[in-house]
Amino acid sequence: MIGYLVRRLAQAVLLLFGAVTIVFLVLRVIPGDPAALILGSQATAQELAAKRDEMGLSDPLLAQYARHLGEIVRLDFGDSWRLGGDAFAAVLDRLPATITLAGFALLFTLALGFPLGVYAARHKGKLADRAVSYFSLTGQALPAFWVGIMLVLIFSRTLNILPATADGSALALVLPAFTLALPFLGWLARLVRNGTLEELGRDYVRTARSKGLSERVVFNIHVLRNTLTPVITVLGLILGNFIADAVIIEQVFAWPGIGSLMIESIQNRDYAVAEAAIILIAVFYIGLNLVVDLLYFALDPRVTLETV
Amino acid sequence: MSALLEVSGLQVAFGELRAVRGVSLTVGKGQTLAVVGESGSGKSITSLAVMGLLPAQARVVEGEISLDGVNLLDLAPEELRRLRGEELAMIFQDPLSALNPSLTVGYQIAEVFRRRRGASRAVATGRAVEAMAEVGIPDAAERAKAYPHEFSGGMRQRVMIAMALALEPRLLIADEPTTALDVTVQAQILRLLRERQRAGLAMIIISHDLGVVARTAQSVVVMYAGQAVESGTVAEVYGTPAHPYTLGLMAASPSARTGRRGIRPIDGNPPDLTALPSGCAFHPRCPFARERCRTETPALRPLPSGRTSACHFAEEVLAHDRAAGA
Repeated sequence: MIGYLVRRLAQAVLLLFGAVTIVFLVLRVIPGDPAALILGSQATAQELAAKRDEMGLSDPLLAQYARHLGEIVRLDFGDSWRLGGDAFAAVLDRLPATITLAGFALLFTLALGFPLGVYAARHKGKLADRAVSYFSLTGQALPAFWVGIMLVLIFSRTLNILPATADGSALALVLPAFTLALPFLGWLARLVRNGTLEELGRDYVRTARSKGLSERVVFNIHVLRNTLTPVITVLGLILGNFIADAVIIEQVFAWPGIGSLMIESIQNRDYAVAEAAIILIAVFYIGLNLVVDLLYFALDPRVTLETV
Repeated sequence: MSALLEVSGLQVAFGELRAVRGVSLTVGKGQTLAVVGESGSGKSITSLAVMGLLPAQARVVEGEISLDGVNLLDLAPEELRRLRGEELAMIFQDPLSALNPSLTVGYQIAEVFRRRRGASRAVATGRAVEAMAEVGIPDAAERAKAYPHEFSGGMRQRVMIAMALALEPRLLIADEPTTALDVTVQAQILRLLRERQRAGLAMIIISHDLGVVARTAQSVVVMYAGQAVESGTVAEVYGTPAHPYTLGLMAASPSARTGRRGIRPIDGNPPDLTALPSGCAFHPRCPFARERCRTETPALRPLPSGRTSACHFAEEVLAHDRAAGA
């Protein structure tokens, strides 16, 4: 167990290192000069060069990279030239908004996806099952930004019952969270449907019935218990995707989370903030994957170290 | 002796396909009946029909299944459910897949007491541990907390037996209870079942292992292509088969006398249930077959001494047995 943990942790660190390297390279390759953006178009060549020296941008790339790694270990991403102050603090400041959005999206996904999947399984082959299936595929096929805009048009502009952008009210969460959840909601519904049908056909279900247990107990205790395991393990992955997908959704709904902050920062060549945001998203993604793997142990007694 | 379970003229269909085509059998109180036959002969489907646990696509088209004179097929699903566990119980061939992988074995036994008898969690757990100890699981209190995959095959089958017998049913259906087990473990499980028989448990034991049948059952029904083709006491049917198929089954099983070298498989393959031969379903493989067998379906008919056979030439088969024995 300890050995496995250590191995997984080492993998996670390696992945993070890769993410840091890619982000570093990509941000340096993007055209555009931070010094020019900071100083404006009136700046002279000397002023620009001095600014670049000051920011360490004229050092060789490898030197920049080495210095950079050291800084990241200390969680020092540098200051944001645009917002002033620590870049990492600026990102952390926006984190609660993203977490709230992702949390609500997860709530939508679970509260709708799970029952829909169970319902479809219980009505296999009937109209309800096909309806869930179409809904699921449609939800996965539509691009999120388009769904977001359509929802705004319908619920905000036309019906005027939900706010289109963050206005501080809890209602403002509904549209972005639903938009974020939609593709995963359908995906989860299908996963639950297929998992439930598979479990219903297993021998232990017949055994449970042979004991004279009611259908309710057979389903809620015996079948759902086994359907739940894969669901809980994908929830971590879904949450990781939510935090990553929030980049687009937050932009559509002007949601003040790390996604919109990241896009603003990239547009303004505010490397420090952009990088802090991307790294934080990567940490979430990798961390949640790690948690999922560990959850597997807790939930499925058959998963032992020999089987991983 | 009055019958505990009486199945008569049972027919079960999967859509157009008749998997069971008229089976009758009787289990006396405290008696054990064996049902033998090749895979696909309808043995398991018959037993699932008795339990009311047929797969969703299957349905009983005809016949009667009466337990103590009550036709189970007339009962509402809820009434039949209450009989399961309480009067009828079943154990299966593969105890690993028959147990829920995500629940401890203690939970799976205890839930019978909790859901069916309203016992509290603590009381039910205590009784589950007792039940496990009774079927010879060592260190039962500790093992109750383990999951099915943490047991050996033989111990798992003991768990199944403890679970099936938890509410002291009168009839246990054992579907190939030892097939998936090692020979030495088989003997232990059979010994356990025999102890229960002595305590008054009636059983239907489904097996293709004639040795298992000989050691557990008083009477036997031989099935072929969804029909009973012969029935009688184990001694009679084994000693002097009255149906050519039974004769073939005997020749195809190893015996102490001839050893494995004496095995003669039955020619041909079990019939395709979607395209059964005309007349007697066994005639294409039967060494006794005549013209009549191709045209006329034989009925199961009584022979002297209370046994039955569905062969036009049962008397001839019996004469052949005697000649071979002499």
